[in-house]
Amino acid sequence: MGLTAAEKIFEAHTVEGTPRAGQFVTARVDRVLLNDVSGPVAFRQMRAMGAERVADPSRVVLVNDHFVPPKDVASAANLTVMRQFAREQGIEHFYDFTEGGIEHTLLPERGLVAPGELIAGGDSHTCTYGAFAALGTGLGSTDMAALLALGELWFQVPHTLRYDVVGSKRPFVSGKDLILYLIGRFGVDGATYMCMEFAGDGMAQFNMDERMAICNMAVEAGAKTCIVEPDEVTRRWASGMAFNRPVREVRSDPDAEFAARHTVKLDELVPLVACPHSPGNVRPVEEVRGVRVHQVYIGNCSNGTLTDLRQAAQVVRGKRVAKGVRAIVVPATQAIYRQAMAEGLLAVLMEAGFIVSAPTCGACFGGHMGVLDRGEVAVATTNRNFRGRMGHPESQVYLANAYVAAAAAIAGELVAPQAVAA
Amino acid sequence: MVLEGRVHKFGDHIDTDVIIPGPYLTQSDPAFLAQHCMEGIDPDFPRRARPGDVVVAGRDFGTGSSREHAVLALKGLGIAAVVAESFARIFYRNAINLGLPVVTAPEAARAARDGDRVRIDLDRGTVEVNGQVFPAAPFPPLLQQLLLGGGLVPFVQARLRQASRSAG
Ligand code: SF4
Repeated sequence: MGLTAAEKIFEAHTVEGTPRAGQFVTARVDRVLLNDVSGPVAFRQMRAMGAERVADPSRVVLVNDHFVPPKDVASAANLTVMRQFAREQGIEHFYDFTEGGIEHTLLPERGLVAPGELIAGGDSHTCTYGAFAALGTGLGSTDMAALLALGELWFQVPHTLRYDVVGSKRPFVSGKDLILYLIGRFGVDGATYMCMEFAGDGMAQFNMDERMAICNMAVEAGAKTCIVEPDEVTRRWASGMAFNRPVREVRSDPDAEFAARHTVKLDELVPLVACPHSPGNVRPVEEVRGVRVHQVYIGNCSNGTLTDLRQAAQVVRGKRVAKGVRAIVVPATQAIYRQAMAEGLLAVLMEAGFIVSAPTCGACFGGHMGVLDRGEVAVATTNRNFRGRMGHPESQVYLANAYVAAAAAIAGELVAPQAVAA
Repeated sequence: MVLEGRVHKFGDHIDTDVIIPGPYLTQSDPAFLAQHCMEGIDPDFPRRARPGDVVVAGRDFGTGSSREHAVLALKGLGIAAVVAESFARIFYRNAINLGLPVVTAPEAARAARDGDRVRIDLDRGTVEVNGQVFPAAPFPPLLQQLLLGGGLVPFVQARLRQASRSAG
């Protein structure tokens, strides 16, 4: 019996145990990622464990991205804790909010994720790195503290759900729609404890940015991790990154045992939205046409990439945001911000009436910079629309791709993007 | 270990944004977080909850973000255990790591009503609701060891002590 990609990546990192689906192993990870919410709690727990020094500072990545720029003294204090820890422990990969961006977009951009690697993050969307044929998995602060202290931790090797993606996608369909479609079909706990694996010819139509959108929301299906089988797109990206460490292309064997296997026909996908209050409440945008919106938010770790900004600019070029709609764009990293500026995308968006905010998690999790009031409706390219996620418990969030979000900004209501972009 | 307590019943897919909303994540003091626990769906919960009470919920409890603050908020209220039909993965690990028993017992979770008393026997793997005894899914041995040992902190402590002894 062959092995899955997830089993092989765990095998390459196992220090104890049998790396087969369902088994418990102790594994050494390549990266230990923390942010200004999970970090301070993890540092406290690490000290409670009796560890003074982190096991391997070169593997640790610290990113100030959640409450940035700080919204109040308490958030400023957490950023200070992050800076102090980085200094004290000699952590080279520390990114303050003026030099980085949202962690999951930032790490691959800085070459901190390579194919075949195992990444643990104190953030649930660590599964994003599947886009780069790496395994990422989210953990809480105490697990992360153990990783800081020991460099290794117990994991249960996941079973794999395999998706063979075929056909060609239609205009205005993006990676977001593929993952929303699957969450809608299999449910928000449809992949609990699993690795979602994407392969097939159809995947060639999704660039790395769109693959990030797909893998990012695997956790919204309950998944532990996610992986896109490495292909030409992966190879081109990896050669551009010029890694100075080995790049391991890992793929499932033809006779690997999958928990389930599904074929997804891209031709059948249309632009979708996840309606309030669940990422699994998915419908074609056409079916909810006419829902009035107060705010449009294009950003976050799933869809704040250059590709998203290009898609949004394509829809709004030469048009105006509807009266009564606040439209906010949050480029996910400083590098994306600069590139969008160089390409003139920010000018297009601002001329249409968008404001452009500094890279931050911001309103995605209801932190600040665009929080919703009671009764308000937002269309967001983010990944969660739980009750109260972006503000008041009686606000409503529709999740969508950047075309759909941009079109809603122009129309003042949910519409099919082709109706606006024409 | 046997735990007995009064039930607070919640539904399916109770996410961590509901357990403790994002704006409060600048703090990590359990007593502070406790005051905002379940704010979005049941603002009165922190006032009704008493130390030793048990949260009972449906499917996928703790779905969403990795915030350990969700477990800290429940612990801050003195919640003794969570019984659910199923749990989201990261919440489940976080709870075990902090020594909060999380018990997967679908039938018991469906049977229990708000205000009922439940009796959880962690060693025998049972949950008793109104005199009816239901099975609980057994913990894998490693997790049982972690939970009964008081969580991940003492576990790592022991490992570090062992390592420094063998190095010395
Ligand atoms: S952008 Fe939102 S989902 Fe992504 S890491 Fe930040 S808070 Fe989490």
